[in-house]
Amino acid sequence: MTRSMVVMLVLAAGMFAAAPFMIDAAPYEATMGLVYKIYFFHMPSAWMFLTAAVTAGVASFRLLFLKRPRADHWVTAAAELAVVFGAFTLVTGPLWARKAWGVWWVWDARLTSSLMLFMIFVAYLLLRKYGGPGSDKLGAGLALFGMANVPFIYVSVNYWRTFHPPTSVVPTLPVEMGIPLWYCVTAFTLMYVILLRLRARLEHQRARVEALYLAEDEL
Amino acid sequence: MRLRILVMSIVLLGATGAFAQSKQPPPDFVPVENAPPGEQIPAMPLLGAAYGFIWVGMLGYVWSLARRLHQVEAEITELESRKR
Repeated sequence: MTRSMVVMLVLAAGMFAAAPFMIDAAPYEATMGLVYKIYFFHMPSAWMFLTAAVTAGVASFRLLFLKRPRADHWVTAAAELAVVFGAFTLVTGPLWARKAWGVWWVWDARLTSSLMLFMIFVAYLLLRKYGGPGSDKLGAGLALFGMANVPFIYVSVNYWRTFHPPTSVVPTLPVEMGIPLWYCVTAFTLMYVILLRLRARLEHQRARVEALYLAEDEL
Repeated sequence: MRLRILVMSIVLLGATGAFAQSKQPPPDFVPVENAPPGEQIPAMPLLGAAYGFIWVGMLGYVWSLARRLHQVEAEITELESRKR
């Protein structure tokens, strides 16, 4: 692990440890009361979910069209993180909705397309685990479709009728709610960068192990 | 004659309906302005579950990643020592 990674990891861990105090200091929301505070972890998780999908898509493009084989390691790393942050988003969202909307789930455009994106990356991981040779390119194609879904998810709340808050919530947040939100976004972004680099490193090392075994067979 | 019978029937039906409505039992579902306190969904368990899930999930993922990295690096060390 490089020095910059250690510094980032310590910083992210410290920020996560202090996050409950920041969130506790935030005021209640007029109609939703206390439960809206799920937003401070739900929204950064959702952003990291979409960021991971875009990262996987960009790396897939590099693998498929620019013929960069090492890009495959970044696709795998980002796809796994898309599943992790996707799970955070899809679990915390219904917990918030149960109180705010009275139901756990609605089949609107935002929720359905988010679930589809999550399933695309679960499919990617299954394909890579059981797909055998050639699954890297098939998986990269799948990840490109995942990335294409991202803008649709983002704007869906502004075009289709839904209970879900629109994208205008973030820029219009009062300062006392905005500070804990941006604090949590920074903590999640730091954690995302660290985890992505560590997960990609795991793939680099696995490739090295494979090369060492091949060299051993040749001897 | 027919018209008189028809008018009388209509008046009789209306009177019966009005009588029946005035004698209706109270409704089973009674509306109230606010939900009774015991029936409201408490926010705290939902909030705790959401934050708990992310904390446990994050720690679990970091632990799993560290374990996998440790395993693969141990394998590299072993393979390189065998090579020498």
